Amino acid sequence: MLNFALTLAFALVATAFAMSFFRLIKGPSAPDRILALDTLYINAIALLVLFGIQLASPLYFEAALLIALMGFVGTVALAKFLLRGDIIE
Amino acid sequence: MSPTTEVLLSLLILAGAAFTFIGSLGLVRFKDFYTRLHGPTKATTLGVGCLLAASSIFFSITGEGLSLHEILVSLFLFITAPISAHLLAKTALHQGLPLGFNITRQHDTDIPRMPIKDS
Amino acid sequence: MKRWLPHPLLTPVLAIVWLLLNNTLEPAHILLGLLLGWAIPRFTLPFWPERVRFYSPRAAGRFAAVFLYDVVIANLAVARLILAGPRHLRPCFVSVPLDLTNDLAISLLANTICLTPGTVSAQLSADRRQLLIHALDCADPQALVATIKTRFEAPLKEILEC
Repeated sequence: MLNFALTLAFALVATAFAMSFFRLIKGPSAPDRILALDTLYINAIALLVLFGIQLASPLYFEAALLIALMGFVGTVALAKFLLRGDIIE
Repeated sequence: MSPTTEVLLSLLILAGAAFTFIGSLGLVRFKDFYTRLHGPTKATTLGVGCLLAASSIFFSITGEGLSLHEILVSLFLFITAPISAHLLAKTALHQGLPLGFNITRQHDTDIPRMPIKDS
Repeated sequence: MKRWLPHPLLTPVLAIVWLLLNNTLEPAHILLGLLLGWAIPRFTLPFWPERVRFYSPRAAGRFAAVFLYDVVIANLAVARLILAGPRHLRPCFVSVPLDLTNDLAISLLANTICLTPGTVSAQLSADRRQLLIHALDCADPQALVATIKTRFEAPLKEILEC
């Protein structure tokens, strides 16, 4: 039961990855691409959490936490750059 | 692991994955940037929240003792997702991306009047 | 008191975050967490703009419950809209006049409406009196503004401004 749910969940999240990647490549505008990157990092957190459950290893959690922190900083930096043409004022 | 918890875990995992999927689907399906923004900020946040709840229950049962540090990630996402969305919407307005609908048709003639200067 | 414990709310929050990070309840970690919770606000004092005060903890609890309920409802609504496809959307921009003046209250309101009723806050006007929001599916902007004002803004005003 759990294994079946995990397999299905992996498939769904992988499709989500593919769709975000499509938006990342297609664009058409810069904010679209940033939004796609933002979604990609959230998807990566989901994938890591699923992986941790499947392997029954709590180690992947730390990676998920780090991706959450860095992804947010990256999104804010890119958005700020488009907004002001500068990251640190 | 008892059958009840297994069913609960499977449901949480499937719900989480489904919401993540739907959030990204919104990214592909919608036609303009502002509507696309809604999918990832909402659906994905709850999706990852469900997955983290499943992870918390799973490690509380199988590991040694209560495992609550998943709350941190969900809390962090709940705080940061709206901030990213707000900044991206502001960037899009700043760059003058097309709104996806005819302004004169709607009641919101105040958009051009909004000062685009920083607040 | 004010000098040595500048943010009485921040100390327990930081201690709890430390315990969650370490995923433990050992007495040593509780002590270390409390120490960090005291030291970090003390030494970052110049960076904190103002002291946060909750005027009504009960209203804060009620607001949190409403917020969590609305997050789930809004997620289901947005998921349904995404599955229904772009043709069924009625997107629009609405500008909400603000009664709040506190910076923290405005940020909390903006964050809340980003996560809840199918809306994203897009811009705060320079004088902080108007918040521009984008709604995904909005039949009646006036009703949307009224909902936001009574459901989120009024409790926030009660909690953070007296």
